[in-house]
Amino acid sequence: MTDNHDHHNELAHVMPVKVLLGVFGALLVLTGATVWVATHDLGRFDLSLALIIATVKAVLVALYFMHLRYDKVFNAIVFVVGILFVILFISLAVMDTGNYQSQLLRNADHVIRYR
Amino acid sequence: MSSEAHVADGSAVHAEHETGENYLNCSHGLRSWLLTLDHKRIAVMYLAGLAGALFLGGIMALVVRLELWTGDGLVLSDDLYNHAFTLHGAIMTFLFIIPGIPAVFGNFALPLMLGAKDVAFPRLNLLSWYLWITGAVFAIVSMVVGAVDTGWTFYTPYSTQTSTQVINMTMGVFILGFSSIFTGLNFVVTIHKLRPAGMTWWRMPLMLWGLYATAIIQVLATPVLGITLLLLVAERALGVGIFDPSLGGDPLLYQHFFWFYSHPAVYIMILPAMGVISELISVHSRKTIFGYHAIALSSVAIAAFSFIVWGHHMFTAMSPMGNMIFSALTFSVSIPSAVKTFNWLATLYRGHIRLNAPMLYALAFIFLFGIGGLTGLFLGALATDIHLHDTYFVVAHFHFVMVGSTLIAFLGALHYWWPKMFGKAYDETLAKIACILVFIGFNVTFLPQFVLGTRGMPRRYHNFLPEFQGLHQASTVGAFILAIGLFLILVYLWKSLVSGKKVTVDNPWGGSSLEWLTTTPPPHYNFVGEPPEHDVYDYHDIRYDAAIDGYVLSKNEGDAAR
Amino acid sequence: MSSAADHHAEVDPAYRLAHHFESPEQQFETGKFGMWAFLVTEILFFSGLFTAYSVYRSNEADLFSYASGYLDTTLGCINTAVLILSSLTMAWAVRCAQLGQQRGLKFCLIVTLLCAGGFMGIKSVEYHHKIHNGLFPNAHFGAHEDPDGVPLHITDESGATVANPAARPAPENLRSFFGIYFCMTGLHGLHVLIGMGVIFWLYLRARRGEFGPKYFGPIDFTALYWHVVDLIWIFLFPLLYLIH
Repeated sequence: MTDNHDHHNELAHVMPVKVLLGVFGALLVLTGATVWVATHDLGRFDLSLALIIATVKAVLVALYFMHLRYDKVFNAIVFVVGILFVILFISLAVMDTGNYQSQLLRNADHVIRYR
Repeated sequence: MSSEAHVADGSAVHAEHETGENYLNCSHGLRSWLLTLDHKRIAVMYLAGLAGALFLGGIMALVVRLELWTGDGLVLSDDLYNHAFTLHGAIMTFLFIIPGIPAVFGNFALPLMLGAKDVAFPRLNLLSWYLWITGAVFAIVSMVVGAVDTGWTFYTPYSTQTSTQVINMTMGVFILGFSSIFTGLNFVVTIHKLRPAGMTWWRMPLMLWGLYATAIIQVLATPVLGITLLLLVAERALGVGIFDPSLGGDPLLYQHFFWFYSHPAVYIMILPAMGVISELISVHSRKTIFGYHAIALSSVAIAAFSFIVWGHHMFTAMSPMGNMIFSALTFSVSIPSAVKTFNWLATLYRGHIRLNAPMLYALAFIFLFGIGGLTGLFLGALATDIHLHDTYFVVAHFHFVMVGSTLIAFLGALHYWWPKMFGKAYDETLAKIACILVFIGFNVTFLPQFVLGTRGMPRRYHNFLPEFQGLHQASTVGAFILAIGLFLILVYLWKSLVSGKKVTVDNPWGGSSLEWLTTTPPPHYNFVGEPPEHDVYDYHDIRYDAAIDGYVLSKNEGDAAR
Repeated sequence: MSSAADHHAEVDPAYRLAHHFESPEQQFETGKFGMWAFLVTEILFFSGLFTAYSVYRSNEADLFSYASGYLDTTLGCINTAVLILSSLTMAWAVRCAQLGQQRGLKFCLIVTLLCAGGFMGIKSVEYHHKIHNGLFPNAHFGAHEDPDGVPLHITDESGATVANPAARPAPENLRSFFGIYFCMTGLHGLHVLIGMGVIFWLYLRARRGEFGPKYFGPIDFTALYWHVVDLIWIFLFPLLYLIH
């Protein structure tokens, strides 16, 4: 192949090897961190911290491995909107199911069991 | 879905400047159709498939209505009645109305209206059609080997207990879902990336805005239906304990899952219909659409709101907090819907209205959508819904929106684009008669059901008290009038295909969007040369030419409109 | 007036420009946007499982902290690393294709495939353990051992089966956790398998030298898909394996 000595591509951004390896290292460190954090009982912050670390990892993957930082802004918007709808779905379903838990008749005698 | 970048399909279609060559006759044989990547041919294949689905679903509807002639059954056993209404609902919803207008008229008109040569991913488009066919096969197989009796919603816990073909049917619907996703994805990408330089967002016909909003919902909501049905299959086949209460699952969670898709799906059904009506009203009033931006943005607003109101299907199941939130949010949808309706009415005002068949459908749409939309307010209001929930009021309401609006718009679109699609004219008098029959039949069928519902007739029961019989019989009579109207349409359209007068003019209605500025039927690559540029809803330079009985683009600025 | 076919005659065939696109840029951008839109559908496809997870975890916290103990954190951690490595090689494959480095491209694709295979291998070891312990949510569901490996039931002197007092008793809804676990990891595994199929196909095409600086869309788009598969696992790992 010709004319690629300057490591450029006419159609899309080329990710430097250094960045790829750096992100890879960061992801491994963060994976270690989340496992290490999980060995300590932080009570109700357990889940939040695990999610924060996972989100940081996800952002790294999206920005660098998926080229989102150098991509059209609109593609990023599309992706983020998708995630917002997931959050909408989860939050309303959790809100409602949480609210009716107290009214459930668990293991009541008249609940028909067929299996 | 990768690698759209292959050389075009091999069929030799280079010499389309030659007279008489169009997308229908540029290549021959069954293979050239079954392997076609041409969006127009795929649209025609969808039309054939959907007509079959409409016929099947319609037969089921007639069986249901016939059964309800008397209060203690006429032709069916209890179980068979459950099968009949489930198949009617499932076939009509998933095989006809949801693909409906986007699959047929979206596929046909979207690239043409945009000035593009095809949709973004032609092979994905063909795959959508094959997925539709596969889903349809699953549905029909489940019909033949034992049907389903859950209703089209497959609610748990009944759907995990019944011994009928739930897995077959849900797998069919799962596959149909992917057909819908890929169509929507194709449309979103096509509208974003394949617009020619002159076609800016605000120059797009409103049909395209409707299809765009629909496609957004298809992309965002339909995957949730997929996972819902997959979990239902897993629950039935294995017992994963997510929905099944006897295994520790939560059956109401299923309803959240189902309606997170299926409420937006209601707008998958209605938004393209609204797009069609915007075209019909403007073209046949010979008048610029009133409030273009408002109609365009209200489509997107409906798409957005559709995701925050799903809980109104669950008022008798949810927590009080959930009820309050969802009831309040539900009313938001009425705003963009009303914006559209008022703008259509304003477009009619002082227009040169032509009462031909497509326009009659458009007017019928406004009337029926008005009733369907307004009765929705009763159901969105928490207090009245507790009384009306699961009664015939709900049945009548959603039939007014789905049949009265979407099917009517489908028929309007069919009559509007028929000459362009096939280059054949249909019998206008018969078309008007059929339209009136459909309109009367529909109203006689469903207006009595509002009364039945408010008086307490529950849906999905085939036994009822004697006091309901009169209204039920009126409804059944209406259903048969509706069926006669639809059958009449089938007859004269078939006749038009076989022996109809040839339409040679590009622009029989005086439409201003680009599909009317190419030849009839369009060539394989949609336009000979570069696509023309023309302001949509600008009729001042589109002049009637009596010599050819069609409209021509008048270069002379001095010529009056019409 | 130039027809579509004529128009493309001027374009370098190395771009593999399809008939309905105006330019290679348009073709590439269209494919890329299409892939992002598809990834949104994938995210929403998984959203149902994350919703089920959230609902059950928020309502039955004890169940989740008990049942998570059954999962092997070490294997999960290794799998996370393996999948991250495969993401790296896939991203590198894109770079190779963009720069026309044919050998590097094929090498990266093979390493990605091997990592994916390794991931599925470790996953199947985990599955085997769960199924062996009666934790697969089907008709035979019923844990034999508690998370610490202590048998839940023992035989007393008279030969009858009784609950083992030394074991931590299983909570009522154990099945729901494993229903969610198998659905989430199973669907994720299915995506890994589909990705492997596509990457293998790309490898075959790469061997024929089909990709280069002017045409690397399929590699790029598949890589995006592969990274999303990785992204989902990045969330699944702490959510399922690392619960107190």
